[in-house]
Amino acid sequence: MAGQSDPSLSMFSAAEVEFLAEDEMVEIVPNLNMDTLNLICGDFGPFRPQMATSVPLWLAVALKKRGKCTIRSPQWMSVENLTQVLEAERDSPAQFQPLPFHYVEISRLLFDNARDDIPDMYMARSLIEDIRDVRFHKFETGLEKISSSTHVVKLKNLSAMEVNIVRPFFVRALQAFAKHDSPQMIHHQQDAMSSRQTHVQDDGPRRDLRRR
Amino acid sequence: MASSSEGLGLGFGSEDVDPSIAMTTDVELLKRAWRNEKAAPEILQFQHELVQRSREQVQLMTITVQMQLNIFTAFDLAVKTFCGGMMFKEETVEDFEQNGADPLTVSVYQMDLDRMQFLLRSYLRIRLQKIVKYAIHISKSEAWSRLSEQEQKFAKRCMDDMEKHLNQSVLSRLPYGYQSILKQSISSEEDDMVPQPHLDTYVFCKSRTPLGALQIADGEDPMDVLADFLYLFHYKSIRSFVESGQVDLF
Repeated sequence: MAGQSDPSLSMFSAAEVEFLAEDEMVEIVPNLNMDTLNLICGDFGPFRPQMATSVPLWLAVALKKRGKCTIRSPQWMSVENLTQVLEAERDSPAQFQPLPFHYVEISRLLFDNARDDIPDMYMARSLIEDIRDVRFHKFETGLEKISSSTHVVKLKNLSAMEVNIVRPFFVRALQAFAKHDSPQMIHHQQDAMSSRQTHVQDDGPRRDLRRR
Repeated sequence: MASSSEGLGLGFGSEDVDPSIAMTTDVELLKRAWRNEKAAPEILQFQHELVQRSREQVQLMTITVQMQLNIFTAFDLAVKTFCGGMMFKEETVEDFEQNGADPLTVSVYQMDLDRMQFLLRSYLRIRLQKIVKYAIHISKSEAWSRLSEQEQKFAKRCMDDMEKHLNQSVLSRLPYGYQSILKQSISSEEDDMVPQPHLDTYVFCKSRTPLGALQIADGEDPMDVLADFLYLFHYKSIRSFVESGQVDLF
């Protein structure tokens, strides 16, 4: 199926992560009359003009595209809140601020499809981009801490897209450490021979790690 | 669909699962199964009841859409429901659109159907990919029981075809002692030419309930695993929790 990722690489494609995000609920204000929708994923509506109701993001976007509703910008996407989050992100280098698990995808979908419903759209967008950058930077510096004694990494408030992006690197780095650290690796020549191919792959990320 | 989501807990009746699972819709459960299957290196238990229910819901939904839309086209009602029995597939939705039903409602229902079907197909597809890759290993391990009946048939066919192909193209031309599909040479003690899932890997996961202290690595202090934190774990150390449904992979 188009959009289905190669399972061996990063497992989830960006489109698949977005698919998951589309099930998050948002509030809309419809401008049409429509009875309750009994969908497989739940019952939504009834839709009455000017009566706010909650629907999954995909439904909100579908209605919005047809001009049948306005989407209420979620509270966390207000400029004040985003400014606060950005400051807090900058102030605490070791922590991630709580944001919705799919904040990157939700904001992107709303910016693309409901630009007129979001107050201070450009401000909000650049704030979210800044927040993303700060968090990514934090993550990259956090990667330096991986060492051969790392068996578990505990993360708080990391978002879906962030997980997806760092996954290949993180997993391979840990695998490489585990492999080169194991006593078998040092003694069993044969093992080394048979896994030569993975060695070559692991070289890249490892070198990266040292340079930072 | 209200009527079908009430019977949700059915598949989990005998097992000890926390009540929040039984409260969620099948879409959520299928999404969870899909995510786990995608993130896990090995093949997981096939979700018989869940897939069965999802299939029924897709069918039921198609019929419901049909009936709902028929209200708009009263005259066609008798004719269409009569023929409707023969058209179970997606085409029905488009068919009725032409009959003057509210196109918005139609497209919303169609989208919902499409999303459900994508999940279902993608779930089955990932499993097939894993089966193609690890068919021989699965057939020789306890993982065989995790496949559905159709998947077992598929795995057998897959193995037969692969064996036949390799025999014809390569193995039959090799010298005696090197002709096994399972072993490098006749002197190998184990089956060392069988692709195996790479269990020695790390996965992102979230626990739905606190797991308590968990021994992660030899010679290290056990650590407390809390709910709603994202962890990067060695797959082997949380494997049993994934199987019991306490931990979700991401």
